[in-house]
Amino acid sequence: MTALLEATGLSLRFGTVPALDDVSLEVFPGEVVAIVGESGSGKTTLLRVLSGMMRPEAGAVRYRDPEGSVHVVHEMGEAAMRRLHRTDWGFVHQNPRDGLRMRVSAGGNIGERLMAVGARHYGSIRAEAAEWLRRVEIDPARIDGMPALFSGGMQQRLQIARTLVTRPRLVFMDEPTGGLDVSVQARLLDMIRALVADLGLAVVIVTHDIAAARLLAHRLLVMRQGQVVEQGLTDRVLDDPQHEYTQLLVASVLAA
Amino acid sequence: MTALGYNFGYLDENTKRMIRRALLKAVAIPGHQVPFGAREMPLPYGWGTGGIAVTASVIGADDRLKVIDQGADDTTNAVSIRRFFAKVAGVETTERTGEATIIQTRHRIPEIALREGQVLVYQVPMPEPLFRLEPRVSETKRMHALADYGLMHVKLYEDIARHGHVAISYNYPVLVGGRYLMSPSPIPAFDNPKMDRMPALQLFGAGREKRIYAVPPYTSVRSLDFEDHPFRPVRADAPCALCGSRESYLDEVVVDDRGGRMFVCSDTDYCSTRQATREAAE
Ligand SMILES: Nc1ncnc2c1ncn2[C@@H]1O[C@H](COP(=O)(O)OP(=O)(O)OP(=O)(O)O)[C@@H](O)[C@H]1O
Ligand SMILES: [Mg+2]
Ligand SMILES: [Zn+2]
Repeated sequence: MTALLEATGLSLRFGTVPALDDVSLEVFPGEVVAIVGESGSGKTTLLRVLSGMMRPEAGAVRYRDPEGSVHVVHEMGEAAMRRLHRTDWGFVHQNPRDGLRMRVSAGGNIGERLMAVGARHYGSIRAEAAEWLRRVEIDPARIDGMPALFSGGMQQRLQIARTLVTRPRLVFMDEPTGGLDVSVQARLLDMIRALVADLGLAVVIVTHDIAAARLLAHRLLVMRQGQVVEQGLTDRVLDDPQHEYTQLLVASVLAA
Repeated sequence: MTALGYNFGYLDENTKRMIRRALLKAVAIPGHQVPFGAREMPLPYGWGTGGIAVTASVIGADDRLKVIDQGADDTTNAVSIRRFFAKVAGVETTERTGEATIIQTRHRIPEIALREGQVLVYQVPMPEPLFRLEPRVSETKRMHALADYGLMHVKLYEDIARHGHVAISYNYPVLVGGRYLMSPSPIPAFDNPKMDRMPALQLFGAGREKRIYAVPPYTSVRSLDFEDHPFRPVRADAPCALCGSRESYLDEVVVDDRGGRMFVCSDTDYCSTRQATREAAE
């Protein structure tokens, strides 16, 4: 397996709703994969299943660690899973409040993952936190500031800094620009794009925003009612959509 | 049964057996909180029912009991607990640390080094060191199970960022045997180093939360810190006004109604022993 992550035949229903219906997908090192589709099509569910936060009814997710060993994600122990989520993986939530500790300073938020993996030198933790604030374009002078006093865009950038500080190879993002002003969205997307290129990150990103997908993603998956109706290189899918649902999606963006 | 109608040590044998089982488990897994299901003691919680239940379960007819509260043998609480055991177990009591086989304590560890064979029983109000940081019990259990204590370090980080040092002067969290995060009970951080590799057995009883934990003799107990902000036990920078000690933990006491204050040892036995030795030498 050369992919970082490989999912095969994932299915999951909520009652009679097929949130995932036989979904397969691969993510290669350094690759950005966007998942687009209408509300309720199963995007968040897919992200949660891929990242091990939710168990599928059928199918499997495999992950390759930095040493090259392959693990079945849903068979990993809880301790190993936690470690993975703090080291080689990251998860950026749509609502920064779900990914930040609101009553801990910006520096403490960034430092948490470092401390969780054993960093015990205050000065280095702090230096690293300041450096990451700078990288996500937050004034390092705000290192002791509380995230509750940050704007929505800053909170999201802080969440990204906190996630990337342990240099994960694979990051899951669920609508990271959702709920932000359009101008703030554009700036955040630029920043994500720069970080992804700089760090060689692999990213699975869920978005409503076709323009964002075009900007960031190498590959695109289009979901509808729990199924992947089309997937391929981003430009190919957007410029020459094959499935009528994708055609509709692209047309609606062009019209807007 | 004593003449008064109590079982020896007040608790019935079944309850004692249950607590001893919890104690054995606790000793086997140093620093790990073991739940115990003992029935309520007919005592108010301020009395330290957890400590009393533990003492009642380990005490034997040959034991000599010392009870301290904030280091003192003569507070109402200490006197009451000592009298209680003198009555329900008929044991000898003492105020001398060196002569006691069991020392029940609230808020202090005696100044003189304890030795093998002695048992130190702590009264614990809140056994969970993470409860202020993580209110969900299921989550703190998971954190202990996975030795996932980064959050406690975040708290220390925040203290240093805000105050320049770790602002915890009581109940300073420790790591026991390199594995379990443990609340040392509200003893001053000054006392923490005494817990490390102590030759005596340390038992902790939390009555309200119904938890027991233990530190067996010679177990490592490390106060959490950072490499560049090492743990430092602090004491008031003054000698004891009564015995002149510069090593002991001091209480600040008001001596008159004009705001006069002085520092004296909080460990009354330690202080009076030193005063007596000094007088004898003069
Ligand atoms: N915990 C749950 N219990 C029951 N049904 C759920 C649950 N989570 C999701 N669903 C349902 O599964 C389907 C897929 O939901 P999901 O949240 O994955 O969609 P989505 O594509 O992320 O939507 P959105 O764009 O609105 O975030 C929806 O019909 C949703 O109502
Ligand atoms: Mg969603
Ligand atoms: Zn003194």
